[in-house]
Amino acid sequence: MMSHNLGTSPDEVQFRFRDDEPADHGTVTVDACCDQTNATAVRIEPGDDARALLPFLDRLAMVEVNFPTFGDGRGYSSARILREAGYTGELRAVGDVGVDQLSHMRRCGFDAFAPDKPLNSEDATRAFATWDNVYQRTTDGRKTIQELRHE
Amino acid sequence: MYQYDQYDQAMVDARVEEFRDQARRRLDGSLTEDEFKPLRLMNGLYLQLHAYMLRVAIPYGTLNSAQMTALANIADKYDRGYGHFTTRQNLQYNWIKLEDAADILADLAKVEMHAIQTSGNCIRNISSDHFAGAAHDELVDPRPYAELLRQWSSFHPEFTYLPRKFKIAVVAAEKDRAAMRLHDIGIQIVEKDGEVGASFYVGGGMGRTPMIAPMIRDFVPLSQLITYAEACLRVYNRYGRRDNKYKARIKILVHELGKDEYTRQVEEEFAHMLEQGVEPPIDELERIKPFFADPAFEDGVKSVDRSDPDFALWVDRNTHRHKHDSYVSAVISLKPVGGIPGDATGDQMRLMAELAKQYSFDELRIMHTQNVVLPHVKIADLHALWTALDAAGLGAPNMDSIEDMIACPGLDYCALANARSIPLAQRISEKFDASGKTEKLGELKLKISGCINACGHHHAGHIGILGVDRKGIENYQLSLGGSEAEDTSLAKITGPGFTEDGVIEAVDKVTDVYLSQKEGEERFLDTYRRIGMTPFKEALYDKA
Repeated sequence: MMSHNLGTSPDEVQFRFRDDEPADHGTVTVDACCDQTNATAVRIEPGDDARALLPFLDRLAMVEVNFPTFGDGRGYSSARILREAGYTGELRAVGDVGVDQLSHMRRCGFDAFAPDKPLNSEDATRAFATWDNVYQRTTDGRKTIQELRHE
Repeated sequence: MYQYDQYDQAMVDARVEEFRDQARRRLDGSLTEDEFKPLRLMNGLYLQLHAYMLRVAIPYGTLNSAQMTALANIADKYDRGYGHFTTRQNLQYNWIKLEDAADILADLAKVEMHAIQTSGNCIRNISSDHFAGAAHDELVDPRPYAELLRQWSSFHPEFTYLPRKFKIAVVAAEKDRAAMRLHDIGIQIVEKDGEVGASFYVGGGMGRTPMIAPMIRDFVPLSQLITYAEACLRVYNRYGRRDNKYKARIKILVHELGKDEYTRQVEEEFAHMLEQGVEPPIDELERIKPFFADPAFEDGVKSVDRSDPDFALWVDRNTHRHKHDSYVSAVISLKPVGGIPGDATGDQMRLMAELAKQYSFDELRIMHTQNVVLPHVKIADLHALWTALDAAGLGAPNMDSIEDMIACPGLDYCALANARSIPLAQRISEKFDASGKTEKLGELKLKISGCINACGHHHAGHIGILGVDRKGIENYQLSLGGSEAEDTSLAKITGPGFTEDGVIEAVDKVTDVYLSQKEGEERFLDTYRRIGMTPFKEALYDKA
């Protein structure tokens, strides 16, 4: 049996942009998720290949992506890859998540945030709203500036 | 040139306000220096040896006179009356106070400028050919593609925390004037079967492990340009090394995986990305292109009166053939004899702005060789232009000569440097000018770096000098045979290093070898390539 303490608990989630009830799942590693057919929550470390999870997306309800340091940006790619593959469950950023990362993380598909150090919520609210408009197309559904220009 | 619309302006304005708040929190102590560091770096603010340094982005090196004037005014108001143009076509101020930084960014935003992504492990300012839109030999103007890449790379949500900094250059001529293959991604706009597209070169760079980028795709259709770049970056973001900052650039990934395996991964990601629809609408490129349309060129005289030899020399040395035969591009040398390479005073910047307005359709360019270009000057106006430049100490006729050297700021400013670069550059230019040897040597690219990070491009110098610290004493290594042009090559070290006096003597000796061995119209680099290192080594190290 894999440890149930691997991941964060719903109590640690400071910001969440979903209406569904956060389930308290037993979170497993990416390797374990591939072996264990009943796991519904998984934790991605920076060195893990998010694409290893693609065959199991329909049974996953929560994926958390760990940022051991904010400067390790691999988790942004992991998040986008999952969203691009159609994953619709909770995507939780955990670890060294700061105010200045929030807007980019949100754009890459994260919809829940459990920072190691709780953030000032006023700063965070401002950060989530940083960009009125954006230049890049991601899966967040926003129209890009280029699209707005040519409507 | 490109002009912001309300969207571009809003992005920059939002960033100024965000930074103002961050700086306030640092100054009142609610942010520690450790917390503030990544934030200020995203806005181009470095802490140097003596003060803060602010690096301002000049996208693809193109600016208008209002922007140049704003840079001059900032130099006077907030710095010590000068600025330093860099090898990535940017401008640095070396004496900035943190209290002023947000106001400076606000002044820049008023003229559609910023310091965004001029530092940090993100996609940096896109550089390009300084003669873009003017050169006789280009396929198309590369800047619309550079502008498309600028927008795509600005605040890219996935690529803001890359393993290391990331530099992209775009050219559109066979002649490479942007050191394209020494960039993380070099893009050459090419034509194939009547269609315009892009060749991608990935994994070049200088630094402590210099590499020449291999071509990984000979033709990417323009309708997939951004998608292909995104695929290149995603593979790098996921698999570039993060265990060692000295092995974190994409050149190491491409080298370790091998070009073929890296390419295979990019192609796989590219196929996936194509389904994601990340490419901006092709209409956007069509919106951008007219900003770079030719100004209204007029026919005029096609040659100059050469009766003044000083003027004739400047014309021969410092002008570049234009696509319109009544015009040239004129290079304003920021390498006066004994000066600091790339520095310009506020007054000089204002003058260059004024001259651009008068003689060059309001446009200026920054060269990666740390000079300024007026891209579209009527041949008929050249004498008046030269007269004004010469009076302001900006008329040095030394483009591509040994005096037109690249030098990093070195130990005089930089916290990373091991040795001084500027005094060495000053002494070499004084020596070669005084002896008249500069003239005899013709094209000779000398590049000086004050440490192994190679900001002075020493690997790509026909002659390169690298300052190192040997047991607390500044020591200089000499290398020969590098080139940043379309015949890209990396210089080889001659042997043991020299003292400051010794390396100046050594440069003198290797140029003597060239002068005695040159055949026909050979440049230093050509002679070196023909005769090899041995004769130079013998001259440098053999006891008489």
